[in-house]
Amino acid sequence: MFARGLKRKSAEDGEDVEGGLAGTQATPSYSLQRQSLLDMSLVKLQLCHMLVEPNLCRSVLIANTVRQIQEEMTQDGTWRVVAPQAAGRAPLDRLVSTEILCRSVREQEGERPAPDVGDGRMPGLVPGLSAVPSAQALRSPQSSLWEVDSSRENRGGFQKSLDQIFETLESKTPGSVEELFSDVDSSYYDLDAVLTGMVGSTQSGHGSGLQAFTSAATPPPGSSCRSDLGELDHAVEILVET
Amino acid sequence: MAGAGGGGCPAGGNDLQWCFSQVKGAVDEDVAEADIISTVEFNYSGDLLATGDKGGRVVIFQREQEAVVRTKCRIWRDGVLPLFACILAVRYAATALPAERWGSGLREAHRNKSRPHSRGEYNVYSTFQSHEPEFDYLKSLEIEEKINKIRWLPQQNAAHFLLSTNDKTIKLWKISERDKRAEGYNLKDEDGRLRDPFRITALRVPILKPMDLMVEASPRRIFANAHTYHINSISVNSDHETYLSADDLRINLWHLEITDRSFNIVDIKPVNMEELTEVITAAEFHPHQCNVFVYSSSKGTIRLCDMRSSALCDRHAKFFEEPEDPSSRSFFSEIISSISDVKFSHSGRYMMTRDYLSVKVWDLNMESRPVETHQVHEYLRSKLCSLYENDCIFDKFECCWSGSDSAIMTGSYNNFFRMFDRTTRRDVTLEASRENSKPRASLKPRKVCTGGKRKKDEISVDSLDFNKKILHTAWHPAENIIAVAATNNLYIFQDKVN
Repeated sequence: MFARGLKRKSAEDGEDVEGGLAGTQATPSYSLQRQSLLDMSLVKLQLCHMLVEPNLCRSVLIANTVRQIQEEMTQDGTWRVVAPQAAGRAPLDRLVSTEILCRSVREQEGERPAPDVGDGRMPGLVPGLSAVPSAQALRSPQSSLWEVDSSRENRGGFQKSLDQIFETLESKTPGSVEELFSDVDSSYYDLDAVLTGMVGSTQSGHGSGLQAFTSAATPPPGSSCRSDLGELDHAVEILVET
Repeated sequence: MAGAGGGGCPAGGNDLQWCFSQVKGAVDEDVAEADIISTVEFNYSGDLLATGDKGGRVVIFQREQEAVVRTKCRIWRDGVLPLFACILAVRYAATALPAERWGSGLREAHRNKSRPHSRGEYNVYSTFQSHEPEFDYLKSLEIEEKINKIRWLPQQNAAHFLLSTNDKTIKLWKISERDKRAEGYNLKDEDGRLRDPFRITALRVPILKPMDLMVEASPRRIFANAHTYHINSISVNSDHETYLSADDLRINLWHLEITDRSFNIVDIKPVNMEELTEVITAAEFHPHQCNVFVYSSSKGTIRLCDMRSSALCDRHAKFFEEPEDPSSRSFFSEIISSISDVKFSHSGRYMMTRDYLSVKVWDLNMESRPVETHQVHEYLRSKLCSLYENDCIFDKFECCWSGSDSAIMTGSYNNFFRMFDRTTRRDVTLEASRENSKPRASLKPRKVCTGGKRKKDEISVDSLDFNKKILHTAWHPAENIIAVAATNNLYIFQDKVN
């Protein structure tokens, strides 16, 4: 279920072909490509032109794509999340998803050296055309700003900066400002809506979908999704702090 | 299913041989961002061609009035009755010129006698700055001055009116000519200085003297502060009194005379913006039924609304959507189904939509699927991931009908544009490039090679230049003249007169 023309390798190493939808969808190269697409989409969403209002149509289309990928990954059972390990995790269930992503990102920081510019992450995606221009251009400034920082303020900063980013997508008339703050933590809500698309359930704060995310399973080491979010995290922090 | 063609006008597409006519714009390799053309539109007679660019400027070209001379000469030579000749001459003049310029129009026409074989060329008529960059202090964001759309109003007097819009503000411009000047004022001198009242001993009546033609553009109405999101479409109603403007989430109805009020007729903004999954991408009024309009969405659907049914047209009268082909489903299916342009046919019976890979013609009486689907660049389907990466997948291509509705045209990459003849079911790919810019040079059909073996003169998919995109094209309302915007250049092509 990827762009037509991209070859999918047949299942290797005796992978369980009964799991997942068509069996071929869970193959490593397909998962890798899907993961890359997810990374790319998240990067595109976060990289707003801060001076000119971003294109709402483009943002909506990318967000819908992210949602589709997330839904499929959830169905495949490949959407796995680190169980919260550090002390002092937020009690509210609906904060779990973002927090976990942030925390696991910081764990990744310790493991990874300055990141490679991601060439290896997109095999077979760019057959003839020029390679990965936007993603690489993004990663170079981010990698130079790589810092380990696990303070709680950071997470607030992350969410706050996302809030700012999403505010540029919406109007700032009084009515919609109220909409923005209709929940206790609306910035998280924005992120969640974008990432999971399970908006209705988050309204009450106890989405069954979110619970699925918390079902713990250790991620494969060096999961690219987490480290990409880490890079995003830091890029956004830099934007907020400057 | 064959689509019905238009009336008796010459068919478009491949029955004709398209020839280069003119190209406007700088030749430099370095293109200034402000010079990129963002909209192209012929007026109702086709004698005026307006372009808008990213720098907020509007340039209007006017067609030379050579038709008058040629017709008159020929008829006199053939010895046809003088009365018939007069009628024909008047008919041409009425379509080409405003009534009161009849006299000077002839004068201009005679000037072209030296080039009897040239078709009417388009020359610059007026240039003005329509929109300036603005800054929204509340959001700390710039408002781009890029002209998103220009729509002409039907001509009602000597002046020409057009609507131009950027992301937030619509302006009504009046373009008028002045070729006379009053001389002999009592209170001031010819250079404008006030005369000393004590020196005035006699009164005189100012007289009108001819002067060099001056074309002035003045903003007559400014329709502002009605759109929170970016305006993507404007459309003049067939009643010639109202028009609609559409942004990502709302459509407003305006009266041309009233700038401080507009009616909201469509609002798809959800209560929680986080629930937003669909936006409005284009909207247009029906060409004849003043109560009917359509709007397209980013999910590939078109809704037809009747303003008589309720004040807020959130409930559509018709809903057009083609069922998805499950075999070609991918993560990009929704993005490529997003409709970038919707245009009614001149007849009002059909409408055409452009999505990323195809153009579809819909019969307004059938909502379940289009009556025609034309592939623009199907060879890009296997490249969607790369095109998503470099954002080309979000390019918004426009489309247009020929005057008789027998052909449709749309742009592609590498400065290619495609034409589909609906009657012969044939299509052609042509290129707008400086290499093919010899006067009256025929355009050679181009072909993109998708398979392994590349034939001579074919271009492979991987060699396409995705920075050279033709997003905006326009077709003369009556003749086979097309205007194609290629980045900062405007190409005009005409059919070869046999």
